Amino acid sequence: MNPNRDHYPKGEALHRSLSRRYRSASIWQTLFFSALVIAILSLAALLYNVVDGAFGYVAFEYKNDPSEFTSKALDDLNKQELLDILTTNLSSGAFKKLDNEKAMEKRSKSDLYTLVLERLIQIDTKQTWSMTDSIFRSSEIKAEVAKKYPDAKLEFRSWLTPVFLTTPMSSKAEFAGVRTAILGSLWMVGIAILFALPIGTGAAIYLQEYASKNFLNRVIQTNINNLAGVPSIVYGMLGLAIFVRALEPFTSGSMFGVTDSNGRTILSAGLTMGTLVLPLIIINAQEAIKAVPDSLRQAAFGVGATRWQTVWHHVLPNALPGILTGSILAVSRAIGETAPLIVVGASTFISLDPEGPFSKFTALPIQIYQWTTRAQSEFHSIAASAIIVLLILLLSLNATAVLLRNRVQRKY
Amino acid sequence: MENIQTPEYAIETKNLFIFYGSFPAVSEVNMRIEKQKVTAIIGPSGCGKSTLLRAFNRMNDFVPSSYVTGEILLQGQNLYGKDIDPVEVRRKIGMVFQKPNPFPKSIYENISWGAKINGFKGNMDELVEQSLRGAALWEEVKDKLKKSAYELSGGQQQRLCIARTIAIQPEIILMDEPASALDPISTLRIEELMQELKQNYTIIIVTHNMQQAARVSDYTAMMMLEKDGSRSGTVIEFSETKKIFTNPKDKRTEDYVTGRFG
Repeated sequence: MNPNRDHYPKGEALHRSLSRRYRSASIWQTLFFSALVIAILSLAALLYNVVDGAFGYVAFEYKNDPSEFTSKALDDLNKQELLDILTTNLSSGAFKKLDNEKAMEKRSKSDLYTLVLERLIQIDTKQTWSMTDSIFRSSEIKAEVAKKYPDAKLEFRSWLTPVFLTTPMSSKAEFAGVRTAILGSLWMVGIAILFALPIGTGAAIYLQEYASKNFLNRVIQTNINNLAGVPSIVYGMLGLAIFVRALEPFTSGSMFGVTDSNGRTILSAGLTMGTLVLPLIIINAQEAIKAVPDSLRQAAFGVGATRWQTVWHHVLPNALPGILTGSILAVSRAIGETAPLIVVGASTFISLDPEGPFSKFTALPIQIYQWTTRAQSEFHSIAASAIIVLLILLLSLNATAVLLRNRVQRKY
Repeated sequence: MENIQTPEYAIETKNLFIFYGSFPAVSEVNMRIEKQKVTAIIGPSGCGKSTLLRAFNRMNDFVPSSYVTGEILLQGQNLYGKDIDPVEVRRKIGMVFQKPNPFPKSIYENISWGAKINGFKGNMDELVEQSLRGAALWEEVKDKLKKSAYELSGGQQQRLCIARTIAIQPEIILMDEPASALDPISTLRIEELMQELKQNYTIIIVTHNMQQAARVSDYTAMMMLEKDGSRSGTVIEFSETKKIFTNPKDKRTEDYVTGRFG
């Protein structure tokens, strides 16, 4: 008889030991589950906080009563009437300036309507309320407004509107939009990916498929891993020194004949962001290349393929979905980064669309940052709306990349 | 004198050592492998059978720190000579691996890819058909050439790998335990196939399965770790399969083939 057999629990002891094991398992399971719950709750709190700010009651007054300009109700005016009002009431200088930006006759009715509101009637926002307050304290708010601002109108407003997406920056929160910021962000992310994806993938291929495992390459590898964790502001300093200053003739476009610009352009920002996401892309591409089974490489070498033929025909196509996953992460990182853009010199007030890589620019995070630092509460509301726009933009870019990845995923 | 070789030898090793770093995984192998015969390499695990096989088409080059001393001669030319391109070696000496490893492509492309990259100028459809016929796979796949190779069974995939190898018209086919991942029926088909293939090709096969070696091979090389404790493998006996299994010279071979080993 094997004496070791007696050292294992039997009968009642076995049951006790089993239930003890199950108990500790269930404690851990509960802990893991609560970790998940905490994570979900904090995400929900974040979303709630953002949405809460973007909708709600707003109390505002007209500085100049509409009746001073027209006898009709504002909403009933047609385009010609709106134009007439603007022609008679705006100073000729202001009218000419607006006409120069875009011919007044060619502007749409809603555009003119906004101008009348913005320039002539002039909305004065008194106070805004969050969505939760607006829903649960509706009657209190109404009483409060009636008492404090007897002339004010109270309106439940969604700060996030189609107009918000399509109007450029304005100094008044009611008329401000994120059009220029969205375009700036898209340009910047586009340049960053165009710059970083080919270079990053190339570097990853070299490191994985060609580089021998010597000391120098190990040092390079360690440095790339560490670079992925360098604070983004450091990349901002790098971008300022290299792209904005040292390469100014290139990034300002002066060597291509663009004259009215300095180095603080979309191109500089895009290249800075590209540098920032480069280690991320390299590491992810390396992982993707590593995941391609060696048997596939051997099969290719076995029929007389060269290293390059093996990489090009087999390793890369099979690693592509993984490489694209890396670029999704890179896009997410690039679109949300703020600090490097501040250093590189994003403008906070741009009312013209970026026309190309040599334009001055702003980006969504910059816009959000700028609005949240303003004292007036209506700016906080549009900041919340801009955050929603940023999140949606991020999600749709990611969705595009995921769709793209699923398309290239091998059918076999 | 060194390079003159009698034509019936497909490949010859002279005082071959294979090192991993400073450790000789395989030492002092002298073999003459005959043309259009099946030569089996048998022996216990870890004695360097696969290492030796992979040295024949320079697949060991991919193992960092591995190197070879001595010579492997193919038609009098040292495969490890200075002016020899390993890519060219692998075209002349094809390889079938232990686990079926078709490309994640269609059946057709699995055959045509190797031909294409090696600059094949002839009729590709014909080549694909002939190669698949040569691997006894044509009748099973002729209606689904555009389908993924991954839809085939393991045995079919392995025959596809053989077809892929014969498509590049090598002189020698190396097989590294080609049936060890297959069921007995698929194994039998591969073994039958080897008998057909040896009409045109020289085959060197590594196998764990001694019955298989006895069934398919004309010559057998018995490998064993050296006794002196260096843990380095070498060929202790190499002769006709019949002799190895019925009348071995070496006591260790006898113990191994009769199952008294260890």
